Amino acid sequence: MAKVVAVTGNEACANALRQVNPDVCGIYPITPQTDMMQRYASFISDGKVDTEAILVESEHSSMSACIGASAAGGRVITATSSQGLALMWEMLHIASGDRLPIIMPVVNRALSAPLNIHGDHSDAMGARDTGWIQIWSENAQEAYDNTIQAFRVGEHMDIRLPVMVCLDGFIISHSIERMEYLEDAEVKNFVGEFKNLYPLLDLEKPKSYGPLILTDLYHEYKRAQHEVMLKVKDVVLDVAKDFEKMSGRKYGLFETYRLEDADIALVILNSAAGTSKDVIDEFRNKGIKAGLLKPRLFRPFPYEEVAEALKNTKAVCVLDRSDSFGGYGPLFMEISSALYQLKERPVLINKIYGLGGRDYLPSHAELVLNELHGIAQGGKINIIKEYIGVRE
Amino acid sequence: MKQKGWKELVPGAVVLEGGSACKFKTGSWRAFRPVWIEENCIQCLFCWIYCPDMAIKVKDGKRGEFDYDYCKGCGICALECPGKKGKKAIVMEEEGK
Amino acid sequence: MATPLTLKELSKKEDLFTHGHRMCSGCGAPIVVKMVLMATDYPVIAANATGCLEVSSCISEYTAWKIPWIHTAFENAAATLSGVETMYRSLKKQGKIDKDVKFIAFGGDGGTYDIGFQSLSGAMERGHDMIYVCYDNGAYMNTGIQRSSATPLGADTTTCPAGSVIPGKLRARKNLTKIMAAHNIPYAAQASPSHWMDLMKKVQKAHSYEGPKFLNVLAPCNRGWRSKTNDAIALCKLAVNSCYWPLYEIENGVTKITSTPREKAPVADFMKPQGRFKHLFEPGNEALLQRVQEEVDAEWEKLKNAEKCGC
Repeated sequence: MAKVVAVTGNEACANALRQVNPDVCGIYPITPQTDMMQRYASFISDGKVDTEAILVESEHSSMSACIGASAAGGRVITATSSQGLALMWEMLHIASGDRLPIIMPVVNRALSAPLNIHGDHSDAMGARDTGWIQIWSENAQEAYDNTIQAFRVGEHMDIRLPVMVCLDGFIISHSIERMEYLEDAEVKNFVGEFKNLYPLLDLEKPKSYGPLILTDLYHEYKRAQHEVMLKVKDVVLDVAKDFEKMSGRKYGLFETYRLEDADIALVILNSAAGTSKDVIDEFRNKGIKAGLLKPRLFRPFPYEEVAEALKNTKAVCVLDRSDSFGGYGPLFMEISSALYQLKERPVLINKIYGLGGRDYLPSHAELVLNELHGIAQGGKINIIKEYIGVRE
Repeated sequence: MKQKGWKELVPGAVVLEGGSACKFKTGSWRAFRPVWIEENCIQCLFCWIYCPDMAIKVKDGKRGEFDYDYCKGCGICALECPGKKGKKAIVMEEEGK
Repeated sequence: MATPLTLKELSKKEDLFTHGHRMCSGCGAPIVVKMVLMATDYPVIAANATGCLEVSSCISEYTAWKIPWIHTAFENAAATLSGVETMYRSLKKQGKIDKDVKFIAFGGDGGTYDIGFQSLSGAMERGHDMIYVCYDNGAYMNTGIQRSSATPLGADTTTCPAGSVIPGKLRARKNLTKIMAAHNIPYAAQASPSHWMDLMKKVQKAHSYEGPKFLNVLAPCNRGWRSKTNDAIALCKLAVNSCYWPLYEIENGVTKITSTPREKAPVADFMKPQGRFKHLFEPGNEALLQRVQEEVDAEWEKLKNAEKCGC
């Protein structure tokens, strides 16, 4: 039986991890993630899990130790944010290249400089090309549900890849929400026993991890890694189906909101989607056909499916909570790539919002939807990419 | 040897056979060749313990011939060889001579 | 029970690090590795920092390691092995594994003294059950002889080249063995492959303690030292006899010199056969050569005093 609780996003993720009960976890503090793993440390100290913690001296060592632990053979977790994820960057590629299914909630936060501890997506977007699967979450419930599903996806024998579960710093990690917990036994049963692929601890069959691969084979290894990513979508959907059977909550590659007959649409990740949905309802009440697409699986990116979902719209705005300076927002680039394959495609604009925890307000969504409505009516695009909610 | 295609690779580039480097012969690197003169050998095994290439065959605690498949010809064995009565049990000779 | 340390007995053991590796001819590192593994009478898992040993011992499908081995990156052999060891403890606690397993990390001086210093310090402080073995050749040899904090005073490297104005490296080495001992680990020692029995005894002793142990082992690199392919062991003997590389251990905080030269040789004896010190024997560099001798003497005195005072 599901249990209704009022918890923060961090607490929800910590509980999901407790219910999975992994063998090893790396713990290192960084705002706003700190609170998640310190809760987990309490579970260890109180004997609620079998996990052995490694209280590392940096995130680089955290990911290094997680890689060692995962290669040794067992279920491994850690969590991080911002600078921590940036410090891990080198090791993120090694975790995926070694095909180790490490699960890591990432509590999204801005990157320095200037120093800022609040929520935006610069950290995870900077890690989008590291070969990790990325699943994004709007609220505490989704962060909890995605964390549980991530184990099944990453550990799938056809996949064996690490997974980041992204949730917005403070807005989700530290806000109390009403949500549902699954029973411990349900989660345990859902994720199942960890299956090893090539465990170092199998001493009878000594293996070597991390060889030097030169020009004769490196290209082939990367091609193989690309192939695995192609299989992820189906596994994510299969796992979501099983999850729905257990929880009643439905997940896909992305979520659409009133998009079926929409003329104009917003594409937006994570917590800001909630605010946007309210404003879309207002526009619908005014007779304007507005809709929304909220990506869930960002890596691998479901280009065809997204294009299919947006193909009948007239104008779309992609809202990015991070910037690729000198380029478009990272989410915009993906949506743009997805739509380019269509013969007829909507007009596309890009807004950068909410950096460093700047509030995303209903008025922002309203402004954007009004602009889209104008464009859909035959108006001109003034500027493709611009910052909103910014003082002149 | 036919190179492997991407579908034939082990996930994560893990090497599944321990000690497979034995299949890679390094003897062709040699410019000088150590020659063992058995009558001068006192079986101290210094050559064996100091060999960086595990290229000296030892059986039942007694040294045998060099393993020229792997010996890179560094000459550490010859230098460290105490020999017998001032006569070295290992001497280096130029390859191909 | 530990194998008796006679070459006859040791030669009956299987090489856990095999031929077919691609280290340079006459390299000191594989000698160190084979000795360390030979003195290990337990199932063992090794981690390796990026470096000569790593790139030459595991290429494509060829691995020289007959034991489970993992390399991930340059600065994190200790952290990586922390993870392996922690998974072992977790599974053992859960009853999923019953064997007793030992853990050894190998790193060069670049990966240990410099870029891997933090991860090593962290692993030692956390108390993981492992021996960290640094094979110290005194520079970044894999990338082509760049200066590290283990590079000796006066040495010529490609990033502190002996030029007409600056005569090589102007700083003394970092004393990593003492820094590691200062972590209050049960066992830290300095060893040399020339003194194989001393080295292997230290490995056996290190294994006898639970927790973190550190071994700093001299490993000549004839490419970087600009010496001959056959003199790795000879140079090691000179390093020990000149007290440039004293053999000692710090066991539970107590220092013991494990080999005292009968007659302390001038450090110039160790330096002369090496091209990296060639400039120090040219006119004008007498003072620097003198400084090298003075620093070696001072360190040796400090070590003898530490032994005398039982600290």
